[in-house]
Amino acid sequence: MSLVTCSSNQFPLSSNVRSSAGPSSNNLRSFFDVSHLGGEQRRHKSRNSRRMSSITAYYGLKSPPYELDALEPYMSQRTLEVHWGAHQRGYVEALNKHLEKNDILYGYTMDELIKVTYNNGNPWPEFNSAAQVWNHDFFWESMQPGGGEMPTLGLLQQIEKDFGSFINFREKFIEAALTSFGSCWVWLVLKREKKCLAIVKTSNAINPLVWNDIPITGLDLWEHAYYLDYKNDRAKYVNTFMDHLVSWDAAAARMARAQAFVNLGEPKIPVA
Amino acid sequence: MALRTLITRNPLRAAAPLASRGLQTFSLPDLPYDYGELEPAISAEIMQLHHQKHHQAYITNYNKALEQLDAAAAKGDASTVVKLQSAIKFNGGGHVNHSIFWKNLAPVRVGGGEPPHGSFGWAIDSNFGSFEALIQKMNAEGAALQGSGWVWLGLDKEFKRLVVETTGNQDPLVTKGASLVPLLGIDVWEHAYYLQYKNVRPDYLKNIWKVINWKYASDVFDKENAN
Repeated sequence: MSLVTCSSNQFPLSSNVRSSAGPSSNNLRSFFDVSHLGGEQRRHKSRNSRRMSSITAYYGLKSPPYELDALEPYMSQRTLEVHWGAHQRGYVEALNKHLEKNDILYGYTMDELIKVTYNNGNPWPEFNSAAQVWNHDFFWESMQPGGGEMPTLGLLQQIEKDFGSFINFREKFIEAALTSFGSCWVWLVLKREKKCLAIVKTSNAINPLVWNDIPITGLDLWEHAYYLDYKNDRAKYVNTFMDHLVSWDAAAARMARAQAFVNLGEPKIPVA
Repeated sequence: MALRTLITRNPLRAAAPLASRGLQTFSLPDLPYDYGELEPAISAEIMQLHHQKHHQAYITNYNKALEQLDAAAAKGDASTVVKLQSAIKFNGGGHVNHSIFWKNLAPVRVGGGEPPHGSFGWAIDSNFGSFEALIQKMNAEGAALQGSGWVWLGLDKEFKRLVVETTGNQDPLVTKGASLVPLLGIDVWEHAYYLQYKNVRPDYLKNIWKVINWKYASDVFDKENAN
């Protein structure tokens, strides 16, 4: 019996171990208790060519790390119910439908799946679903009740190094958000090659993983993210995100993890 | 009724010139119906926000971009002229598209939803097989569109046929072909339906046909064919 191993995922989202009551699942494939998969079906395929049976499992809808009303009054429970419960669930179901039909794709980790289906800018249909599942998991974890304020310690230092000051970063981030057209996302990323933080705008489902950069925090600017709470007032939504929702704790954790892969230090070249 | 008089009365074409430079600015066209008259297909709340906030914002930003473009062109600032293109395409496109959209809609009491007849109806049948087939095609393409955009029924003047196309963001139909004339456009940006239909875009598309103004599309079709 073949074991489906937990493929190495360089940037796993924060701990999946949750005792919350809501339907939770993990994005590591496992063939244990079906209920972890949020009720998705599992297939038991057996192939004659291999004497071992392979089991396929699919992605589930992961709960945000807080109750759906925890972000009130800045992001309403209703918004979470529709955005997470309907939109993201739709993306998960679409992704699972794609993976059902594709033997090769379901073998990938989420990160790999996104990069492969992005197909260097000519995305396959699976890309949209996969990326949006990842994007929204990342987004919920980029916010917290009592969020906002400022980052501290190492992350703050890096922001000050790359943007001059936190105020300047905040201004640039908001400006990027307000000058983006249509359905899009704005990200704070750590650029791997340049070894610095940067603000990146992407459209539709695209995220910085496709360029192999490391997202530190992100903001969903699709209208569905703010329309119920702010109607057309995108500026108010963006400012509220910065002032009351963004989780600098989550960002700091991602930054710390990122430094295992990107060396941000100055080289100390000894003088002979 | 009172709502409409709050909006400036200048229709799309009679733009007020900016006195000093003779630069035409644009203003929000009136709707030929009240915000609530498209219920229950499209709610009054959506119509009001869509018209007074979203369309107005496109116009405001379009005017601003045109002023900046004018200034840059006068100075010979080529890079600024080029930089402004995306803002002009987006906001200008938004103004053009929404101006068409308001005319594409009509309350049931004045014929909204009534299928087309005559040469236009015949053209639909010969291009798509049937009226229902056209609706189905537009619904499918509209639902499948990722992100924000429009689904169009257009007349290809060069090949003398009707086409269904989608465009992203506020790209006008002409970005899909210089010979394409928009007859019908359906806004599938989330702001066009979210408050009422939430994420269920297919329901919005199914219901909007009840208030589509086929007469306007037919008139444009006949006029373009006459040319």
